[in-house]
Amino acid sequence: MKFGILVNEGPYQHQASDSAYLFAKACLAKGHEIFRVFFYHDGVNNASRLTVPPADDRHIVNRWSALAQEHNLDLVVCIAAAQRRGMMDDNEAKRQGKDASNIAPAFRISGLGQLVEAGIQCDRLVTFGD
Amino acid sequence: MSDEMDMEEGGTIKKFMFVNRKAPYGTIYALESLEVVLISAAFEQDVSLAFIDDGVYQLMKNINTDGIEMKSFSKTYRALEGYDIEKLYVERESLEARGLSEDDLVVDVQVVGAAEMADLMNEQDVVLSF
Repeated sequence: MKFGILVNEGPYQHQASDSAYLFAKACLAKGHEIFRVFFYHDGVNNASRLTVPPADDRHIVNRWSALAQEHNLDLVVCIAAAQRRGMMDDNEAKRQGKDASNIAPAFRISGLGQLVEAGIQCDRLVTFGD
Repeated sequence: MSDEMDMEEGGTIKKFMFVNRKAPYGTIYALESLEVVLISAAFEQDVSLAFIDDGVYQLMKNINTDGIEMKSFSKTYRALEGYDIEKLYVERESLEARGLSEDDLVVDVQVVGAAEMADLMNEQDVVLSF
């Protein structure tokens, strides 16, 4: 089955991203396809490469990056939600005249159309959030 | 599920329902939900909106946001018609529990009971809940 995943909450504050990650891993282990993981609302904060959790805790951002690199996942951060919350890639930082970017490897910033497309293309779109 | 999809103009048309459950201000969910709704219209999907729980407050008339220094987006609900989004369902029980009636809302809606709302949700291909 082809799954889309929507993550609507930020890391650590809320379990949504953890649950989505574990769900994605379980899908892949069962041989399903993950068409896309879309990060919206505060979920965009899951893409900050400046995240530094305590050493004995899970690293939510890095493990998303690692899972994406291992399975060639498409991790998409909503641009409108990202701009509000200070999340940007190199291109966006340049465009906005900012002195730094902060997006983690294997994430990309794109539009909400990517979420609607996931809804159209996937057999199931599964939401994680409040 | 895929055999239920209509094919039109070479693209897949799915039934998308956006479920709005939260008050319009206080959190950003309602505003960012509207942003997805407007994008989905550009994909020419079969879009409907549901308003339940505190989500019914999103449609209230005479909301004045001056005191909280936030932009009011009440107008956007009235603009939905222009995007061919005309299926707005409001749950009767949620309205009544808050002492509201259809006359208190900024747009024409269909007021439906909880059981009918559940049936409507069952008919959808994609349900996004904010």
